[in-house]
Amino acid sequence: MTAIVAHAAPIRWWNSRAVNRFMRHHLALLGIAMITLLVVACAIGPYALPYDSLQIDLRARFAPPLTGQHYFGTDPLGRDLAVRLLMAGRVSLAVGFSAMLLSTLIGTLIGVTAGYRGGWVGAALMRTVDGFLSYPSIFLVLALAATLRPSPVMITVIIAVTSWMETARIVEAEVRSLREREFVQAARMVGLSRAHIMFREILPNAMGPIIVAASLAVARAILLEAYISFLGYGIQPPLPSWGNMLNGAQQYLASAPWLAIIPGAAITIAVTSFNFIGDGLRDALDVRNDHI
Amino acid sequence: MSAFLLNRLIQSIVLLVIVSIIGFTVLNLMPGGPLAQFGLDPGMTQKDVERLATQLGLNRPLWIQYLDWAWRLMQGDWGHSFRDGSSVLAVIGRHLLATLLLMGTSTALAIAAGTWIGIRGATHRYSLFDYCATVGAMVALSVPTFWFGLIGIYIFTLKLGWVPAGNMYTIGDGSVLDYLHHLILPSLVLSLVHVAIWSRYMRTATLDALSQDFVKTARAKGVSERRILLKHVIGNALLPMITLAGMQLPSILTGALVTETVFTWPGMGRLFLDSLGYSDYPVVMGLLIFSAILVVLGNLIADIVIATVDPRIRLA
Repeated sequence: MTAIVAHAAPIRWWNSRAVNRFMRHHLALLGIAMITLLVVACAIGPYALPYDSLQIDLRARFAPPLTGQHYFGTDPLGRDLAVRLLMAGRVSLAVGFSAMLLSTLIGTLIGVTAGYRGGWVGAALMRTVDGFLSYPSIFLVLALAATLRPSPVMITVIIAVTSWMETARIVEAEVRSLREREFVQAARMVGLSRAHIMFREILPNAMGPIIVAASLAVARAILLEAYISFLGYGIQPPLPSWGNMLNGAQQYLASAPWLAIIPGAAITIAVTSFNFIGDGLRDALDVRNDHI
Repeated sequence: MSAFLLNRLIQSIVLLVIVSIIGFTVLNLMPGGPLAQFGLDPGMTQKDVERLATQLGLNRPLWIQYLDWAWRLMQGDWGHSFRDGSSVLAVIGRHLLATLLLMGTSTALAIAAGTWIGIRGATHRYSLFDYCATVGAMVALSVPTFWFGLIGIYIFTLKLGWVPAGNMYTIGDGSVLDYLHHLILPSLVLSLVHVAIWSRYMRTATLDALSQDFVKTARAKGVSERRILLKHVIGNALLPMITLAGMQLPSILTGALVTETVFTWPGMGRLFLDSLGYSDYPVVMGLLIFSAILVVLGNLIADIVIATVDPRIRLA
C-alpha cells in the first residue's frame, strides 16, 4: 500500500498553490513592493516632509531637486514638489482604485448576465460592449468630462463608465464556459434560482480572470486619469493630480525639466507596478499552466 | 468565402447601428443639448427657444429624432461647425490626412520593430535580450505617451536640437524632407506602446508556430533554422497580428490624440480638443462618430484580409 503524503500543516490561503506561484514571480513581488511603498508614502509622506503642499514661497521658485530640504525641487509658485507629488498621488491612486472597483462591478454584472442568459440577451449585451469598444476611450471620456462637472467623483464615474467593457468581455467568456459544467447542471436540477446560480455558484469560480482584469484595470484607470488631467479636463487645479502637474510643467520644459520628469516617473512607476502585479496574478491563477 | 464575408458585413452594420445609438445618446447629454449654440445668446427668450425646438423637431419622441439624425448622417449631413459654419465633414476632412500620416508611420514602425523584437525574443528564449524585451515591453506599456513625448522633446529638441518641436512642416519650407523631419519624433513616441504590444504578441505567436509539427518536419529534413524562420514561421506568426492590428485601432487613435497635443500636430485629435475647448459640439460629435466608424471599418478590413490570407478562417 502506498502511503499518501499528507501535508504537515493544514493548507491555508497563504500556503495555497496560487499564492506560492505568485511568490515565484519576481516582477510581481517587485510590483507589490513598489505599490506598498507608494501608498505608504502618499499616506504619511506629507506629514513627514517639512513643507506643506499649499505653502507658497516665491523666493524659492523653480528650485532644482536637492536644494536644501526640497528633495524634488519646487514648482513655479515655490511649493515643494515632493509634497505636491505625494498629495497628487493620493488623488490619482484613489481615483484609479475607485474607478477599478466601479468598472469591475459593472463589468462583472453585465458579463455574468450576458454569459449565463446567452441567446438573444447575451448577444445584444455583447454587441453593445463591442459598440462601446469601437470608440477610442479618450474621446468618450473627454466628451463626457466636458459635459459634466469635473469633480474627482465625477472623473471616477466617467472612467468607470468607459472601462467596464474589458471586464465584461472576460467575465462573459468565463461564465459561458462554466455554464455547461456539472455543478451548474446539478444546481439547476436542485431548483436553485437563476440569480443564486449566477452569483453564488458560477461567479466564485470565475474570480481568477476577474482579479487579473481588475489589477490591469487599476493600471489603465490611473493612466486614463493622467491623460485627461493633462489635457485639462480631469482633476482641476489647485487639487493636484499627477496629470495636471504635467500640464503645468509643459511650458517650463526648457528651464525646469524636473517639473515634468518627476510626476511622469511617478505615474510610470505606479502603472508599471500594477501591470507587473496583474501579470503575476495571471500566471498564478491560470489553471492551464499547471504542471501538476 | 462569400458566406463569411456576408456574415461579417452584417455584423459590421449592426455594430455601426449600435455605435450610432451610443453616439446619439452622448450627443443628447451635451450641455444644452442640440440647442447649445443658442443658450448663450442674450436676445433669446424662452418662447424663441421653444419655437426653435419645435422647428428643429426636438420635441418629437427620441427614437424618431434618432432615425432622422441617422438618416441625415448617412446622407452626409453631419451638421455645421459652430466656429466657422463649414460642414463638419469638411472640417474633419481637412485634418484627416495629418492624423492618418502620423498613425500610418507609427504603426509601420511599431510593426517592424515589434516583429523583430518578438521573433528574436522567441528564438532566443530566456536570454538577456528576451528578459529585457519582456520587462521593457511592460514598462513601455505603462509610460504615459504625453510624458514620453515631453521627455523626447526635452532630449531631442531642447538639448540636442536634432528635430523640431512640433507642427507638421516649417512655414516657408514644405519639402518632403522637412515633413519627414517633423514626423520622426511624434511617430516614434506614438509607436512606443504599440511596439510593446506587438513584440509581446509576436513572441507568443512565434513560439506557437515554432512548436508546430511542420517545423519539426522541416528540421528533420535538414532545412536551416534561418530558412525555417523566414519561410515557414513568420507567415504563420503574422496571421493573428492582422486581427490584432484591427483591435488596436481605438488605442492608436487615443495615442494619436495625446501625441498630437504634445507636438501640436494638426490632426483630428487636436481638432477634437480645440473643438471641445470652443464648445463646438457638432465637430466634437462628428469626430466621435467618425473615429468609431473608422474602427469598425478597420476591423472589417482586417477580417477580410485575414480571411483572404488564412484559408482556415473561411472554411471554418
